[in-house]
Amino acid sequence: MKVNILYFASLREQVGQSSEAIDLPGDLATLGALRKHLAGRGGAWQAALAEGRLVRMAVNQDMLPGTAPIKAGDEIAFFPPVTGG
Amino acid sequence: MKISVQLEDFDAGRELAAVRANNPKVGAVASFIGVVRDVNDGATGMTAVATMTLEHYPGMTEKALAQIVEEARGRWEVLDCTLIHRIGTLQPTDQIVFVAVASGHRGDAFAACEFIMDFLKTRAPFWKKEETPDGGRWVEAKAADDSAAERWK
Repeated sequence: MKVNILYFASLREQVGQSSEAIDLPGDLATLGALRKHLAGRGGAWQAALAEGRLVRMAVNQDMLPGTAPIKAGDEIAFFPPVTGG
Repeated sequence: MKISVQLEDFDAGRELAAVRANNPKVGAVASFIGVVRDVNDGATGMTAVATMTLEHYPGMTEKALAQIVEEARGRWEVLDCTLIHRIGTLQPTDQIVFVAVASGHRGDAFAACEFIMDFLKTRAPFWKKEETPDGGRWVEAKAADDSAAERWK
């Protein structure tokens, strides 16, 4: 299952990249499962995405909770809580 | 409705005139301007901020702002609305954000304007990075912003 992942702000700096196209195992069905999968890379990924870290997630440009489903072709984003205004 | 994410500064007077132009139903215009301050609350106490850079998520930003304005329109009488957010590098005293709501009456104008700002603070994908003499620092989200947005539920 191919998805495109984007990283922003401090999280982008932590993991050292702003985007990646990735082929995921088909049983990764939710945003939360994807986050866990990426944190499993260890190192900076674990530090940035581990459970308990304040991370916001979006699917196709809508901010959603970890329970949200993901599917092939989705644009998924990980970023810290927003600080505009 | 006008929504703009832009590098350029804005002219608040011109925007205020435009948001109620040619509409005799408008009885009230409420507005808000956010400005870059010259201090932050970093680990070493209050530090002078030299510049601030706004990063955003192109595409989602515009979508999120449009959803926030739509939600305000569903709750209050909003005859017209202008929402401008700047990106790029800004200096202390620079304007960052502008909201103006035109309505029939002040109650709706005030409430919609405040609602839009509170929701923008927690939902629109912008991130501020401050450059100080001690180096760069990402501004952290404040719990107070979450509770400000919560109260509209």
